[in-house]
Amino acid sequence: MKKTTSDRFSILIYSFIIIWVFLASFPFLWTFWGSFKVELDFFSISDWYNAVTGKNTFDTYNSQFTGAGYEGAWVQEEFWRSFVNSAIVCFFVVLTSLTIGTLGAYALSRSNYKYTFWLLITALIFRAMPPITLVAGYLPPFFEWNIWGILPTTIIVLVSINQPFTLWMLHSFFQNIPKELDESAKVDGCSQFQAFRHVIIPVMWPGVVTTGLFSFLLAYNDFAVTAMLLSDENRTMIPKIAAFLGTTYTEGNVMFAVAAVVSATVPLFILVMFFQKKIVSGLTQGAVKG
Amino acid sequence: MKHKTFFWFILPTFLAMLIFIFLPIISVVLQSIHTPHENVLITVENCDPFGCKKVTSIDHEATKKLNQSDPLGKFVGLDIYFDRGHLAIEKFKLIWNNSENIFSFIKSLSNLPFYKAVFFTLTFTFTVTPTMLLLGLLIALGVNSISKKLRGIVIFFSLLPMIVTPLIGSIILFWMIDSRGIIGNLIQWLFDDPNLSLKASTTLTWIMLIVYGVWHAIPFSFIVFYAGLQTVPKDQLESAKIDGANKFEEVIYIIIPHLMPLITFVTLMQLMDNFRVFEPIVGFSAEAHATSLSWIIFNDLGGETRQLSAAATSSILTIIGVIILLSPVLLRTWKDFKFKK
Repeated sequence: MKKTTSDRFSILIYSFIIIWVFLASFPFLWTFWGSFKVELDFFSISDWYNAVTGKNTFDTYNSQFTGAGYEGAWVQEEFWRSFVNSAIVCFFVVLTSLTIGTLGAYALSRSNYKYTFWLLITALIFRAMPPITLVAGYLPPFFEWNIWGILPTTIIVLVSINQPFTLWMLHSFFQNIPKELDESAKVDGCSQFQAFRHVIIPVMWPGVVTTGLFSFLLAYNDFAVTAMLLSDENRTMIPKIAAFLGTTYTEGNVMFAVAAVVSATVPLFILVMFFQKKIVSGLTQGAVKG
Repeated sequence: MKHKTFFWFILPTFLAMLIFIFLPIISVVLQSIHTPHENVLITVENCDPFGCKKVTSIDHEATKKLNQSDPLGKFVGLDIYFDRGHLAIEKFKLIWNNSENIFSFIKSLSNLPFYKAVFFTLTFTFTVTPTMLLLGLLIALGVNSISKKLRGIVIFFSLLPMIVTPLIGSIILFWMIDSRGIIGNLIQWLFDDPNLSLKASTTLTWIMLIVYGVWHAIPFSFIVFYAGLQTVPKDQLESAKIDGANKFEEVIYIIIPHLMPLITFVTLMQLMDNFRVFEPIVGFSAEAHATSLSWIIFNDLGGETRQLSAAATSSILTIIGVIILLSPVLLRTWKDFKFKK
């Protein structure tokens, strides 16, 4: 008797989890599948099943799949420029964030003075502020000095906005590295920087990689700041897609936007596939310490 | 660590935050209490064979001089804060005096753009946060009791709604709920109403945005709680079982108290993140029915006009909102610090 109730209970749990996995993944799979169709199939007025079989796609291209949307987005609308811009922005944001963040977080974790506490609290308050609230402060000087719209400016701004988060995350990683390690190096005659260079750097990589992943996501996913600070030709992928939405609807090229959206999602898929464990540990890191 | 060494280590990150976070805040405060100079007008009399005409035109020279001597613009104090686009003090008083009850008061107030955004932002924050906590906990409990082999793949798919760019996630869902999309079709079929559109009604738009918000946020609470469940002491669970506790009582009396610090952490992060809700409004093209504080700022900043003063004022009001939201946490941290001393 007892066995059947627990069986029923586990069926309940499994169906609940299956529903969740379906809800979490179906929109992406559906859009990925649909991106190889023509608009009449993707937005199907007559029969939604057309989106699965690609009836109209077959009528037009004699095949159930077409790369027309991708060709339109990448070649005609020059989405590849945005892709390159995104790659440049992400690379330099991650590199710079980690370099200056590692130095700062290391110092914060090895100092016990009162100002360390206040610096961390200030960083927490900065972390809580929506980045868009700062943009009104950026625009007048950027226009004045003629540095608005270019990639380097945006990279520095994104690095700075990410610093509070990077500092907190790396700070908790460094606290897990025993102080005795660098203390003993100092006893042996190393300066603080030499101790950092030869003792800490070799053991800090797991934490740095995890923090780097989140810096990457922040830079890759940013819309509000990049849309405001980049000129049209320097747009990264996300603001470009937002701009697509306006133009493609009027020109009847919605499939370009669909292809661009799928293209911008693929790198994230790959990222999750390879770094799932790191992302999970990064998410729980701050929490378990908290 | 010596003060001097500390200084050199912290300098780059300190400068970055000083120049690109602290100084912009100061600049935003200053901009919010100034308006751009009005153009200096001059009137000249132009005489031609047909008579004399007085022509008023912009004195570019004088305008430029004024802007250079006083680049911030004209000092207006808190005028922008109280104007129609923001706190709308006069309208507020009028509505306050004319409203019979609290509901009609809120209803009239939400016609004003700033209050409309505040209402949506708060509704979004305080519906999404508890819902995602509850659902995240349920999923974490569920995943924790399924076969270990399946957990990896479940976590992989679970991460997607959170990792994928919010703007992209909302656009994808927006296409699906389009009346020609699969969810839109399904809903029309369920309610047997071929003209039903989620985009046309304010209530449905709000629900749609909140559902998106929950979908996007569940992975975070799920992952954190799942990690927390791995550290629940086994002996406590076993002794509870011996005492005859059922699954539900186990969750209430052992698991939830154990997860309490994590629940606080997730709540805090979510309040911060949901308060800045912005991308879904753009993704769902929902601005006709729902606006948020961040959206107002973005809208003022963009376009041809770039109303910096208006955006700066909304920014300051938003920052004040964030501080009020976080004040319990900040107060507690400060008390802990005082107590330690």
